[in-house]
Parts: sequence; C-alpha cells; structure tokens
Amino acid sequence: MLGLHGRDLTLFLVVTALVVFAPVILNPFPIGSSLAQFNAGYPDLMQRFVIYGIFAIGFNILFGLTGYLSFGHAAFLGLGSYAAVWMFKLLSMNVIPALILSTVVAGLFALVIGFISLRRSGIYFSILTLAFAQMMYALAYSVLTPITNGETGLQLALDDPRILDGGERPTSLPVTDLFGLEMRETTVLHMGSWEFTIGAGYYFAGILMLIAFYLSIRIFRSPFGMMLRAVKSNQNRMNYTGLNTRPYTLAAFVISGMYAGLAGGLLAAMDPLAGAERMQWTASGEVVLMTILGGAGTLLGPVLGAGLIKYFENIFSKINDGVLHAWFGAVPDGMEDVLVTVFHPFVGKGWHLTLGLMFMAVVIFLPGGLVEGGTRIGRLFRRRGRNAGGAEAEAAAKHPAE
Amino acid sequence: MDAFLLQILNGLDKGSAYALIALGLTLIFGTLGVVNFAHGALFMIGAFCAVTLNAILGLSHQVTDPERTDFLGNPLQVDVPYVYDIFGESAGAWILDWSVPLAILLAIPVMLVIGIVMERGLIRHFYKRPHADQILVTFGLAIVLQEIIKAFYGANPIPTPAPDALRGSVDFGAWLGLQAGSVIYPVWRLVYFFFAGIIIAGVFAFLQFTTFGMVVRAGMADRETVGLLGIDIDRRFTLMFGLAAIVAGLAGVMYTPILSPNYHMGMDFLVLSFVVVVVGGMGSLPGAVAAGFLLGILQSFASMNAVKSLLPGIDQIIIYLVAIVILLTRPRGLLGRKGVMEE
Repeated sequence: MLGLHGRDLTLFLVVTALVVFAPVILNPFPIGSSLAQFNAGYPDLMQRFVIYGIFAIGFNILFGLTGYLSFGHAAFLGLGSYAAVWMFKLLSMNVIPALILSTVVAGLFALVIGFISLRRSGIYFSILTLAFAQMMYALAYSVLTPITNGETGLQLALDDPRILDGGERPTSLPVTDLFGLEMRETTVLHMGSWEFTIGAGYYFAGILMLIAFYLSIRIFRSPFGMMLRAVKSNQNRMNYTGLNTRPYTLAAFVISGMYAGLAGGLLAAMDPLAGAERMQWTASGEVVLMTILGGAGTLLGPVLGAGLIKYFENIFSKINDGVLHAWFGAVPDGMEDVLVTVFHPFVGKGWHLTLGLMFMAVVIFLPGGLVEGGTRIGRLFRRRGRNAGGAEAEAAAKHPAE
Repeated sequence: MDAFLLQILNGLDKGSAYALIALGLTLIFGTLGVVNFAHGALFMIGAFCAVTLNAILGLSHQVTDPERTDFLGNPLQVDVPYVYDIFGESAGAWILDWSVPLAILLAIPVMLVIGIVMERGLIRHFYKRPHADQILVTFGLAIVLQEIIKAFYGANPIPTPAPDALRGSVDFGAWLGLQAGSVIYPVWRLVYFFFAGIIIAGVFAFLQFTTFGMVVRAGMADRETVGLLGIDIDRRFTLMFGLAAIVAGLAGVMYTPILSPNYHMGMDFLVLSFVVVVVGGMGSLPGAVAAGFLLGILQSFASMNAVKSLLPGIDQIIIYLVAIVILLTRPRGLLGRKGVMEE
C-alpha cells in the first residue's frame, strides 16, 4: 500500500493513528484531577508537536542520512515564517499560498547557502551554516527592519492590502483559514470527566506532517537515500569511484531546508507572527537536540524527539515547588523538604538542565537515540522470551526498525 | 588618525577576549583533537568565580554603631563585612574593592579542577568518536553547566565592578602627544588588554621554553611516537586541558567589569570564538591569537558611522562574512598548517 512495505507501512500507520488520536491520547487525565496539568492534548501544543516534527524530519534527511551537521537550520524556519506572514499581509489569509511561498523561499535560500556551504565538510560545514544563519539573524534584526519589522516582529495590520480577500477593510485583525475553515476553530468533546479539544489547525498541520513523514520514508528507501547514506559512510570512496556527490548532498540540503520552511510557514499559519529570534542559533541547536535525542538516521526518532522536547518545554516546565510538595506529601516532613530541594533545580524553570543531562546521556550511551533505546529494550525482552534458539532472534535484532 | 586609533583601541578588549577563548579552544583541539563546544561555558564559569568571590567577601554581620544614630535617634545598625574583622578596616576595604583581580587566585584552582574533571570524566571517552559526536556531547555539557549556574545565580546579569582606582577613563590621546581629549579610553579595558597579552605570552613561553611544553608540542605533532618513547602523553594532555580551562576562566574573571556576567554569556562568545579559530586556522595557536585581535578590531571598524552609512548592517555580519570568505578561499585559515582538518 502506498508503495511502502512491511515494517515501514506498519510504522506509517502507527504514526497516522497517533496523529489522528493525539487529542485523546495526550489527555489521559480527567480535568480537575491533580495530574491534569500533564495533559498535553490542547491544540496549541499539539500543533507545535507536529510542526517541530516536520522541522526535525527535514533536518534528519540532511543530518541522519548524509552526516552533515548543520548548525544553521533555524534560518530556514524563520524565513518560512516571514514569507508566510508577508503572504497573509499582501495576498490572502488562506494558508495555502503562504505555505507554498514559505517552502519555495526557504528552498531557494537553501540552494544558495547549501551550494556554498557544501564545498566544505565536517566542522567547517557546521561553522559555515552557523555563520550564514547568524548573519541572516543579525540582518533581520537590524538593517532589514522594513521587511522584518526588527525586534517587534512581523505582524498583521488592519490596513494590509490582502488583494484576494476583497477590498473591504476589516474592523478586527483577520484570522488564518483554509478556504473558509478557520485555523483556530476548535470543538470540545465532553466524555464524562474527560474533555478533548479537536482543533482544525492541529489536524491541518498533522496531515502535512504525515505527508512529510511519508515522503521521508520514501526518500530513506529510495536509491537517492541509499546514495546519501553512502556519502555518510565514506565520501572519499564515492568520489574515487568517479561519482560527484555534491548534487546529492545539495539536494538533501535543499529538501531539508524546504521542510524547515514549511514548518516555519505553519508556525505563522497557526499564529501570524514572525520574529527574528526564530532564526537564532539556539533555535538551530534545538532541532539538533530533537533529532539526536530521538535518534538521528531513524525514521521515527526526529518526531519523537520533537514531541519530547516540546512536551518538556510546555508541561514539565510547569512543575513548581507547590506541585513537588503535593507529590511528596506522603513522606515525612523533613524528608519532604530534602526531596523537594533535590528535585527543585531539575523541574520548572530548570527543565533545560534535565534536557541537557538527558541529551548528554543519549550522546554518550545511546548514539542511536531513544529509538535505539527502545530497540535495545525490545531485544532484551525477546531474548528473555525465548531462551533457547536465540540465533534467529539475534539476526533479526541486528536490523532494528528504522 | 584619532578616530582610527580609537577604533583600534575599541576593538582591543573584545579582540582580547576572542583571542583568549580561541587560544584555549585551539590548545584543546591541537592536543586532544577535540572540538569543545563547552569552552564558552568555561569562560562563563570564570566570570562567575569573580561573582562568587565578590559575594563571599561581601558577607557581613550587623553591628550597632554607638556614635551614629538613624533619623529616629536610635543607635544605627551598620553592616560590617567579615573581611573587616579579619584584616582590619583599611585592608578589608581594599580587598573588597579589588575582588575582581583577586578572583584570579580563586579561578586558577577552580578552573584547573573543572578542566581536569571534564577531560577525565567525559572528553576522554570521545577521542575516537567522530567530530560531530564531540560537538554534540560538549554542546550538551555547555547547556548543563549553563543551567547549573542559572539555578544558583538566577537569570539576571550580576554587575561586578572593577577596583575604584581602575574605574574611570584615561586620556589616551594626550599620552601619545595628540590633542588632549581626542582619544578617551576606559582604564579597565587597557588593563584587560595587557592582562590578555601577559596570559598569551605566558602560554607561549610555557610551550616554547619548558620541557613540559616541548613534550606537549611534540605530542601535538605526533602523539603516537611520543607515546612510544615512554612518555605518558595522556597525562600531559589532560593538564593542557586544565590549562586551556584556566585561560578561558581568567578571560572570564577579568571580563566581568566590562560585561556583567549572565549565564548565557559563554554561548554568545563561543560562537564568535569558533569563527575566530577557523579564521586563524584550526590547530594554530598564533593564528587563533592573531585572528582574535584582527576580528575584534575589524568589528570595531565596521561599527564606525562612516562605514555603516556606506554599508548598512555591516557591523553585525562582518565577522561571519570574513569567516565565510576565509573558509571558501583558504580553508586552512590564516596561519593553519596544510592538511589539518582540510577536507
């Protein structure tokens, strides 16, 4: 089905199911319960899961397949946002033209930057991409203020032309839509003490993520993907066999730039605002974290990593001392204070610390990321399951799902 | 001429910081072959050594002063720092005033220990792994260090003043016989520049004129052979990592009066210092120093109004622009050896 085979098809169907049922799956705790704050099933956050999922999937096509570590990918994310907001201002509040433009613009910039940066590899490539991204960030902040609106960020205004939306001037700021379906529209389902919010914007972004995910599976399995992997394993050997690897790496760079542009455009489609800080190198570092944490070079990893980091950023960061005290309420008072003091730096505002430690642990012990961790655990159970004829299981385990 | 001199001077303090950080980065890369993204964090920790010492020296207890009264007529409660009790009032005041330079004494052992622990505990396991892995793990470490500092000191910058005697500015132009008042320059920045010069000279002298330095240089050239000669090169390289950490830390300590330390200052400097290392040439110590000063001064020239009106925004991007041009035309950098990381 869909040109996918066996395991890939299963994976794709699982991810599809996850995306479709996310509003339910991510809201496991009834409202009003003490754990309700861990519910992540509200559209605003779920949108971010899938949008950054797209960003990370794209980054993974470059880094996971070719091994080129770009430290400037956020530039394309920011470009996508700017392009989309300009489309909303000039043409129409419909998200389709905005997304098309943001993808195309990011692709064009990726073509130029990639063409130059890919002349070097290794750390030089990382620094070149970093330099380009920082340059674009600095320019967006200062000289390009007429286009980017500098520090304030690019916003919609009442007197924007919006040619396709008819001539009349709106009295309030218009909202983004898809042929009339407003992106911010939500329906709330009540089921007993549970409450599930179904958002139009989330499903739109989710469908795009599924398409992006599908394309990335096809790229991974194609001869083109094979060529990229060959570049990663030994580029010199590829060159010596008389093959010019540059077009392949450039294509991978442009594709991943377009993914980033699409993600940036989607961010703007959900909230029509574009700021330069989206291009800063810390944002580039974030997508690196996502991809590595989930598992670089695996299909599912980047999506997992993106979800995990965004979950941390929005949910884990809300755990404050009060919550900790409530958790440890059962233990004796003295112990309680000690426990709260111990956990305090890792939660709430300190969530970055937990993230950094997790990231280091992954790089040190699990270079394949969380996906490899899952595979290892799975292997452990399988080995326990059948103590005797282990040879088959071993052979099967050597090809972990990607 | 005056404006020219002023721009050079303005570039010196940033250039000194770039040069010191880049020197440490290059030491680590040249000896251990590791790309250390946590080096900026070491710079930041150094700065917080100064903050810590300042806070410790400022610890005080309240004493009732019988001779003075507050506005209600009660005896006045005054804060007396403990240093006053230990060293007497005048010496105590002097120590409090000079806390930033004194923090050097605190920073040296602290940074040495941090550097050695970092190398033995973490970096050692990454010698054989690809550069990308080294970048990633040190990037993670930088985040962790940064967040630890944030947890202790909060997110706001903490002003740490220079000693009273070195605050103010000097009329630099008058010294050189130019018109008085034409080139005014803050004293502390001059101090920073000379301090950086001394550290750089010290590191080079150490490598050039001591037996230890000779062995290290030999190890940089051919690690395996030095090992085969029966020299424990690993231990020496560990110490070099500690030395690089000290250099970064001291650069941070002395930079605090120029820039109030905050937890992300290291990252801000790291990105630029990497560019500096690449421009100077990966693995070349003189290259790192020269490129540090060069880029600092270049940046200062680019922010002149005359230049900015001609090329708007050039001051923001000049360093990156230079880096891109250098990387594309001369990937080994200004003074880099042929063949080092040149692919």
